[in-house]
This record gives sequence, structure tokens and C-alpha cells, in this order.
Amino acid sequence: MSSAALPVPQGIKTVGTVTVAEPVFSCRDVNVYYGDKHAIKGVNIDIARKQVLAMIGPSGCGKSTFLRCLNRMNDTILGARVEGQIALEGQDIHEKRQDVVQLRARVGMVFQKPNPFPKSIYENVAYGPRIHGLAADRGELDDIVNSSLRRAGLWEEVKDRLNQPGTSLSGGQQQRLCIARTIAVNPEVILMDEPCSALDPIATARIEDLIDELRESYAICIVTHSMQQAARVSQRTAYFHLGDLVEVGETDKIFTNPRAKLTEDYITGRFG
Amino acid sequence: MNNTSDTAHNEAREPAVLSRSAAETQALVERSLRRRYRAEQRFQAYGMAAVLSGVVFVIFLFGTILLQGISVFQQSYVKLEIFYDPEVIDPTGERDPDVLVTANYQPLVRDALRERFPEVSGRRATRELYRILSSAASLDLQQRVVANPLLIGQRETRWVLVDDNVDMLLKGKVDRDAPEDARRLSDEQVAWIDELEAAGVLKLRFNRSFFSNGDSRDPEQAGVRGALTGSLLTLLITLLLSFPIGVGAAVYLEEFAPRNRLTDIIEVNINNLAAVPSIVFGLLGLAVFIGFFGMPRSAPLVGGLVLTLLTLPTIIIASRAALKAVPPSIREAALGMGASRLQMVGHHVLPLALPGMLTGAIIGMARALGESAPLLMIGMVAFIVDVPQGVMDPSTALPVQVFLWSDLPERGFVERTSGAIIVLLLFLLVMNATAVVLRNKFEKRW
Ligand SMILES: Nc1ncnc2c1ncn2[C@@H]1O[C@H](COP(=O)(O)OP(=O)(O)O)[C@@H](O)[C@H]1O
Ligand SMILES: [Mg+2]
Repeated sequence: MSSAALPVPQGIKTVGTVTVAEPVFSCRDVNVYYGDKHAIKGVNIDIARKQVLAMIGPSGCGKSTFLRCLNRMNDTILGARVEGQIALEGQDIHEKRQDVVQLRARVGMVFQKPNPFPKSIYENVAYGPRIHGLAADRGELDDIVNSSLRRAGLWEEVKDRLNQPGTSLSGGQQQRLCIARTIAVNPEVILMDEPCSALDPIATARIEDLIDELRESYAICIVTHSMQQAARVSQRTAYFHLGDLVEVGETDKIFTNPRAKLTEDYITGRFG
Repeated sequence: MNNTSDTAHNEAREPAVLSRSAAETQALVERSLRRRYRAEQRFQAYGMAAVLSGVVFVIFLFGTILLQGISVFQQSYVKLEIFYDPEVIDPTGERDPDVLVTANYQPLVRDALRERFPEVSGRRATRELYRILSSAASLDLQQRVVANPLLIGQRETRWVLVDDNVDMLLKGKVDRDAPEDARRLSDEQVAWIDELEAAGVLKLRFNRSFFSNGDSRDPEQAGVRGALTGSLLTLLITLLLSFPIGVGAAVYLEEFAPRNRLTDIIEVNINNLAAVPSIVFGLLGLAVFIGFFGMPRSAPLVGGLVLTLLTLPTIIIASRAALKAVPPSIREAALGMGASRLQMVGHHVLPLALPGMLTGAIIGMARALGESAPLLMIGMVAFIVDVPQGVMDPSTALPVQVFLWSDLPERGFVERTSGAIIVLLLFLLVMNATAVVLRNKFEKRW
């Protein structure tokens, strides 16, 4: 399935190139309101395949809010309203015929705090394939669990205790379990909301390596408050400020040569 | 100028704190520390006093009930050699079951007792003698003969029920030194009783009939089986209806219902219902189930329905609290995986909320078990001898039985009242223990 980027409206304030060739996601004039609060203000951005897009910005600027638009997790928040076009492979995800359950199978999500189910490690990974009917039999399910855990770099550590509760793992392992759980349904995009903020540096490094590997198969959007992390794992970076998308560009360029004043202030540590 | 005064002010204040030596600061901290510890000890003492007074009350309550009621588990019987006289039971010799059931077995017991006291003669004296026996003494013989007609013509030694007045004497609850006309037993009867007791044929044995009989006008015959079965059937109906309905309502309201004025009104009303006096539910049951739907009076089915109305608010409120307590991160995880709302609830939220829901159900059921007021309204207060066989049979319930017996003058019913309370409490204990076991089973801590 190929899809062209949607046309970009005239006179947008965002600095840099918001479009990419053949995007997975194409977002145009996205606005989010929490009741009266205007949390995301007319954001335009494309998300490329097999690439990591980092979203940075001071806390409260709307990074999580925007990320949650992409798999419609904002639907679950009372009083949240999303406007604008968000096309996944050319199809607006807010269209009637787009089923939200199917959308979330295509766009997986990893949360800030590791949140494995209070079930066994095996069941955690098998849950997605099971509810979406991806495995024909138990053998196939075993294979999916096995390979998902391998790709999440967790297999060696848990292969002897698949029946133990997922919550018995360390924080870093739990987060990799959540990643394994997400890739077990073979999504097209993986959203990560500050996946390392609750982890120690070693666990963080492992997750970053993992993100680098996963990039070969998936489009990844990662929200991070660490500029070093954005620089290490991402190819493209988007800088948000008070609900505005201020600047988008290649990560190297943004960090070495920001074009917007706000971006420069943030990167040089003048606020954050 | 402003600046300088500010600085001066700061300089004047700072040294006061900072110039203290470490030892001085330590001493100050120590003083405040002592104050804090004292406050804490005081608070703990208050708490312990509160708990202690509670414990004292509970011990007093249970102690008196146990003291009064423990004797009900024993009952006086007299050992007699019974001759199953064919002339009395079955004069025609046809062994017709109808004849065997309707025959009068009382002469058998009376004759057996007379054999022990050949010296007693005269109408008045023999009548006095017979009054040692329970009017229900022959019931046991009737049951034996009906079950086994071959007994007719045989002799057999049986422990036979005696009158409740005799029972009270044996249990030491009658003052022997009181004047004769202030007692319910004459001096003559007391002498016979002493003689039987000395011979070892009149004594206290385990009171099985208390657990196998229904209600009776004779204390020595009255048992809790009818009320216990009634309570069991009533609670069964209550549990079967209120748990699924309550949990269903809670899940819908908490997880699926839109938040609008209607659901707000429903919520407020559920909370109000939980505070409605139980007798009102009884009136409602009387009007709706019996008056409108024409269900039978005194039936456990109606009792169960009324108690369902009573427990539903409790279960709904507890279940909603249990659902609210499930961490949102689990919901997010499930939804993020593409689970539907129903899958999220069914696979993840309900299992985590179930222990809390069970607790709520148990609190509700315990309350239902102890309720008597609404049952009075729907006629479960009638005098019913037969043990109910199903939910449509007339029946009472344990708390109502306690209420009924507590109103009767015979001394035998005093101990039965306490005995029924003990059974009620044991029932409660078993129910709660089951719930705790169930909850621990579901409460797999991950
Ligand atoms: N559920 C919510 N209800 C109301 N306001 C919210 C909610 N979630 C976030 N917000 C507000 O929206 C803004 C953006 O929040 P968020 O996207 O969480 O920021 P970030 O992830 O960049 O720190 C913040 O001002 C926050 O207070
Ligand atoms: Mg955030």
C-alpha cells in the first residue's frame, strides 16, 4: 500500500520540512482540546517508515497528547476532543469505517510506566495475538511468543520462567516485556511515551539498542524528555512548545543547527 | 534605601538561627521529638482502649449467649424397654402402612414407664407419672415401626424424650428448694425423676432433634432445622440474584454507561437505597411480589427476592469501588493492545476487582442473613412445623425464629433462643470463612 502525503496547508508556522515521501502517518491541522484547554494547536507532520521520530519539548507541551492521537487513546479520556486529519496509510483514522480496535492492533503503544498485565510472562505476550486471532494453534502462538521475546531481547532472561508473573521482572525487563507484547501483534507503527523515564541507565541503554533494531521493521514515534536520548535513537526530531509544533527536521541538524529560536533555547538548556 | 533596609533585616534575622551551636539545635530537636513520641503514645493508647472496649462488649455478648444457649445441645432422655405391642399398634395384624402411621404409640411408652414404677396406682398418680414423658416421646417409635414393621411384637431398649420441665430440672435450671406450688414439677415427680437418674436411665444426651426438627409448641421438640433450611433457601435465592445483577450493574455503570444526568440520578438513588430501612423493602415485597405477582406468602422465594432488593445497593456500591480501584495503567495497557472495552473489562479489570466484589457480596449477604424485619412483612413469621422442601414452601428464617422463641414463656425456649442465635452466628462464620477462602483464591498477587 503506498500513500502520498496529504497537502500541507498554507502559512503554517512550523519551521523545517513536515512532509516525508510515502509516510505511514500524515497528520494535518490536528487540534486537541481537553474541555476548554487547547492542548495541541494545528499540528502538521508526517511520520516516515522504518525511522524513529523523536518528540521533544518542555513538559506539558502536548507531546503525549499528540502521540495518543495516533492510536486514538484520547478517545478514552472524558472531555478530550481531537480535530483534524490523521491518515494512516492514506486513510483517516477518524473515519467511521476505521475500527479503533483494529487501529490499535496496527499502531502499538508502550507507556511511560511499565504496565505488564498481572498475568504470566507468556500470557502477557500471547494476549494480543490471542484477542486478534493471529495464531491458528498453540504451536503457532508459542512461536509468536518466542520470537517476540527474542526481538525484544528478553528471551534469554525469561525463557525458563515464562509462567512466572510479568510483574516479577525488573523495571527494565518489564518495559521490554511490554515492547515484546506490542510487537507480538506485528504492528506497523510503535508509539513510545517516555519509555525509559522510569528506568536506570543500563536498562535505558538496552531499550535504546532495542529501538535501534526495531527501526528496521517498524515506524517508531518516541516521546522523550532526554535530548541525549533523542539524539541517540532518532533520525527525525519534532520540537513541541505549548501545543505548537515549532520545528521538525533531521535529528543531526536540529541538535547542531536549530533554526527556530525556541528550539535553540530548549536545546541549549535555557529552559526545559 | 529600600535595598539597605532589606539587607539589614535579613542580617538581623539570619544569625539568630544560624548562630546556634549543633548541640543547641540537637537539644531543640530532641525536645520536639519527645513531644511527638508522647503524642503518638497517647494516640496509640486511645486506639487500644477503643479496641479493648469493643472486645469486652463482644466477649460479654457472646459469653452470655453461649452460657445460656450451650445447654440446648443436650437434651434429657429416659431409657425404657419398649414392647411393640401388636394389640396397640396393629390390632388387625394386616401391617397396613396407613394403620401403622395413624396408630397411637403413646401407650407403648407409658406402659414401659409404668413397668419401672409398679407401685404407682390410681388415675391421678399415673397421670402425674406420664407427665414426665414428652408428648412427642412416641413420635420416634412411630417412625421406627413405619420404617421397619418387623419390630412389631418385639422388645427394644430406647432412649425416649422427656418433658421440658424434667429437662430443666436435670440441667439445674429449676430451684428444687422452692415451694411445691411454685414449681412445675410436684415433689412426687421430682422423687421419680431422682430415682430414674440414680438408676442411670435418665440423663442428658446429645440433642440431635434440635438440628433435625422444625418448630414445635413443645420446647423439648422444637428444633432449628426448619428455620435453618428457610434461611439457607432464602440466602441462596438472594445470592443467585443479587451477585450477578449487582456486579452487572456495577460494571455497566462504571465501565460502559455514559456520564450524564440520568446516570448521576441512578448513582444518587443507589446510594440512597443502601440507607433505606429494611422494613420498607419488606412492605415493597409484600405489595409487589405477593400483592401484584401473587407469589405465596411465607415462601423463601419471596424472602430471597426482598433480600435481593436489600443487598443490591451494597453489592453495587462495593463492586463499583472495587472496579475504581483497578489501576488505570492496566486499562490503558489492554486498550493499547487493541482489546475492546468488553475484553478489557472481562480479561483484566474484573479478575482484579473480583476479590473486592466478593467482599461486598459477603457484607451484603451477612446483612441479609440477619434481617428479620422485611421477612415479618412477607409472612415468614408464621408458626411452621414442617421443614421446607423447596423455595415455595412456607418457612421461617433463623433471625425470625429467634424472635419467635424469645417471646415464649417456657424455660426450654429461653435456651433455644440462645441456641438459635449460636446456630445463626455459626452460619455467619461459615459463610464468611467461605468468602475469605474464595477471595484468597482469586486474589492471586502478582
Ligand atoms: N486528561 C487531561 N485532562 C485535561 N488536561 C490534560 C489531560 N492530559 C493532559 N492535559 C493537559 O494538556 C497539556 C499537555 O499534556 P501532555 O500531552 O501530557 O504533555 P507532555 O506529555 O508534553 O508533558 C498539559 O497542559 C496538560 O495539563
Ligand atoms: Mg507526557
